[in-house]
Amino acid sequence: MFHIPPLSDLFHMALLDPKGPIGADEKSLILLATGLMLLVVVPVIVLTLVFAWRYRAGQKGAFAATYMPEWSHSGRIEAVIWGVPCLIIAALAVVTWRSSHSLDPFRPLTLGNVKPVEVEVVSLDWKWLFIYPELKLASVNELVVPTNTPVEFRLTSASVMNSFFIPQLGSQIYTMTGMVTKLGLIASQPGVYRGISANYSGDGFSGMHFETHAVAPADFQAWVTKVRAHGGTLDGAAYYGLTQPSEDVPVSTYARVSPHVFAAALALCKSAQACQQEAEHGPMGGMHMAMNQTSSTAMPGMTMPAAAKQEH
Amino acid sequence: MMGKLTLSAIPYNIPIVMGAVAGMIIAAVTVLGLVTYFRLWGYLWKNWLTSVDHKKIGVMYIILALVMLLRGFADALMMRSQQALASNGGAGYLPPEHFDQVFTAHGVIMIFFMAMPFIVGLMNFVVPLQLGARDVAFPYINNMAFWLTVVGALLINISLAIGNFARTGWLAYPPLSELHYSPGVGVDYYLWALQIAGVGTLMGGVNFITTILKMRAPGMTMMKMPIFCWTALCANILIVASFPILTATLGMLALDRYLGMHFFTNSGGGNPMMYINLIWTWGHPEVYILILPCFGVFSEVIATFSRKPLFGYKSMVYATACITVLAFVVWLHHFFTMGSGANVNAFFGIATMVIAIPTGAKIFNWLFTMFRGQVEFSVPVLWTIGFMVTFTIGGMTGVLMAVPPADFVLHNSLFLIAHFHNVIIGGVVFGCMAGMNYWFPKAFGFKLDERLGKASFWCWIVGFYIAFMPLYALGMMGMTRRMDRVDNPVWHVYLIVAAGGALIIAAGIGLQILQIVYSIWKRVELRDLTGDPWNARTLEWATSSPPADYNFARTPDGSSIDAYWEAKRKGTAHPNPAASYRPIHMPSNTGTGIIVSGFAMAMGFALVWHIWWLAVASFAAIPVLIINHSFNENRSFYVPGDVVARTEAAASR
Repeated sequence: MFHIPPLSDLFHMALLDPKGPIGADEKSLILLATGLMLLVVVPVIVLTLVFAWRYRAGQKGAFAATYMPEWSHSGRIEAVIWGVPCLIIAALAVVTWRSSHSLDPFRPLTLGNVKPVEVEVVSLDWKWLFIYPELKLASVNELVVPTNTPVEFRLTSASVMNSFFIPQLGSQIYTMTGMVTKLGLIASQPGVYRGISANYSGDGFSGMHFETHAVAPADFQAWVTKVRAHGGTLDGAAYYGLTQPSEDVPVSTYARVSPHVFAAALALCKSAQACQQEAEHGPMGGMHMAMNQTSSTAMPGMTMPAAAKQEH
Repeated sequence: MMGKLTLSAIPYNIPIVMGAVAGMIIAAVTVLGLVTYFRLWGYLWKNWLTSVDHKKIGVMYIILALVMLLRGFADALMMRSQQALASNGGAGYLPPEHFDQVFTAHGVIMIFFMAMPFIVGLMNFVVPLQLGARDVAFPYINNMAFWLTVVGALLINISLAIGNFARTGWLAYPPLSELHYSPGVGVDYYLWALQIAGVGTLMGGVNFITTILKMRAPGMTMMKMPIFCWTALCANILIVASFPILTATLGMLALDRYLGMHFFTNSGGGNPMMYINLIWTWGHPEVYILILPCFGVFSEVIATFSRKPLFGYKSMVYATACITVLAFVVWLHHFFTMGSGANVNAFFGIATMVIAIPTGAKIFNWLFTMFRGQVEFSVPVLWTIGFMVTFTIGGMTGVLMAVPPADFVLHNSLFLIAHFHNVIIGGVVFGCMAGMNYWFPKAFGFKLDERLGKASFWCWIVGFYIAFMPLYALGMMGMTRRMDRVDNPVWHVYLIVAAGGALIIAAGIGLQILQIVYSIWKRVELRDLTGDPWNARTLEWATSSPPADYNFARTPDGSSIDAYWEAKRKGTAHPNPAASYRPIHMPSNTGTGIIVSGFAMAMGFALVWHIWWLAVASFAAIPVLIINHSFNENRSFYVPGDVVARTEAAASR
């Protein structure tokens, strides 16, 4: 069945309609960089077509262009064609250096005195697990965040590499086994934003998306209450169940979460029993404490001592 | 005895695959049947398959590339149609396990077995002629390198019929490509096809560097070399520097998969990020290996058809050299989102943008070559102008993604897909087509039909914009790559348009084939007896078309940048053909290359299926054959002077 969607939808570019400051900065960066480059690109395209036409062979009469069969060098032209791109790239380089630092995903976000919400993210085959460690609850394939509040994600993967991405909120970041990556996002407007995995991860990849509900802080509390009332426990054994491959997984929530599920995921627990043990007591008697120390300057893999990856 | 291989490895139950296999078998049987019917085996074996003539090897490379273009493009059509059908709630016709093989095969085939053979084929054919040389430095190795590339292509096509191909994406990122997540034979086919073909590519790289550095005509200093030779030199330096990295990386992945090691696994101390770094330290130079020789093609074409020397030869050479060096310090831009620190990301982002400076200078140089020239709109020129416009757009989106925070939202999206097709099609494919149309008369003695060539060009360029501009938009809408299905009525519209564009490109490819077939049919009318149909500038045009086996009866003089143009001006281009000639020393043909490759093929197949006895036996046979060949004393001969005289007299008639 084919129908043309309304025009407003047809030209709706998620990246040009950001709903948070990170996405908004990235949008202006894209526009600025494109604008700077168009300064060269437009003349090049126009000149290509103009020169090709103006100097076409076989012209006669008064409008025939001058032909200079030996002309092949001009210091002045060379200076311009090397110099102007150098200037533009220099400007872009400054923009790049600054924005790489200001928009570094590992950089903690602040927004007045608002206390950030922490979310631990685990990519699984093929669904997303979100753990709210402070609230001690969790959800699968649904992310709920309060608006105008920094959300500090700590992310890992329990299987292959994925990329956590909510296009309308901004930056994506890879999730990788045995390692923690970090990302800070803020939603400034309430709404439902699609989240995806932006890195192919196998057969169930296409179904590995989730809805992000950005809600007013009061509504966020209401959601927390609702999840708590709904019940369900994410202990190690339940977590182990989630690690088994499944596709197009519906939303589920958990009112209680064992204290070290994220650490168990990070340590790649390999059986229901091991996951249970690690989720309750921490992998290898508190090894996860060492893992928590991440630094934005190190490669993400450096956040995890190799010893902690031992199989159980 | 047969390792893991059983009859169940043949996917009888998948009609699409079996259809494709049947098509391939019918085509192969037809070709082999015709060769047998016309008793051409002896001719083919003696004159082509065992030939060490760089011109014939070049032609065979390009035939391989064109055949693999059809295979890779069939994959592209399947992807575009699947996404068009499965974007509005439908399921399409390809289940994920099949779709995932299709996009993996598309990438691998187009880069390794379409673009690479095409480029290597052009370099093979053109470089020795432009240098005024008789052949490449190591003709026998050249033959073997070609056949090893064929083995890689064959292994991938065999995977369609026996077993399956990788479902990992064209770079096979671990841990997805590790045994735990990819237990089948698909990744093994990938590994051995690329390993064997990669050895061939590396051999070719050594060969060309040596040829260019040691076999230039008298008077041809480095700064007098035709620009295509410069770009070929730089591309081959990149090959020699980067392909060993690919070999080592894939070797480590093979060790993980075959011997239970832990280089890149999730467990046991492995680190997949190491693979991603290594594969892109090869992978980024790889795209410059493809594009640099195309820059060379465009330079030759635009100078010839503007009837002017290339503007800013020196700056072109330095720009090429800059790109060669910078190619090695930008690999991290393929994974800004892996969480490297801001300093690291910013460094690699800026290094990437810096490449835009020499590349931009090149584009301006081509522009000013046309300036005050007499531009003739031949088919190669159309491809060149199409390239200049299209590649500039692709370059712009590339620099945009080099800004790390912009990449944070554009990475892996269809915007990225649009970008790299914009530069690979707009740069490499257009360059190959320009080169093919430009040098075809040199190779065969007749031109390709202009009208069909122009029709093909217009289909390609219009189809390209219709197929890929929607992908830029989809990327901005947040659609990521490699989705076998998605439910979004808006994206559906764009995906249908893109599929339409792919069909227009298909028409372009069809016209290209038609152009070749029609031109062979009309070869008498299209014949060029001058050897210089375009009134061109460099030495390859100084000899007859097709050139004699020995290329030049007398070693030409290379002491100016446009040596042949200069000779024509001075009236020394065509010395008296009746004069006497000295005997010419030439390499003999050898079957060792193709036979060794046959064993390499057996080895690759055996390794995929764990048929260990065959793997060991064929692996052992290879050095035996090579050592045996090294005792062959009968590896060159002299073409006597009177034979040269007769050949030249016949060619100049």
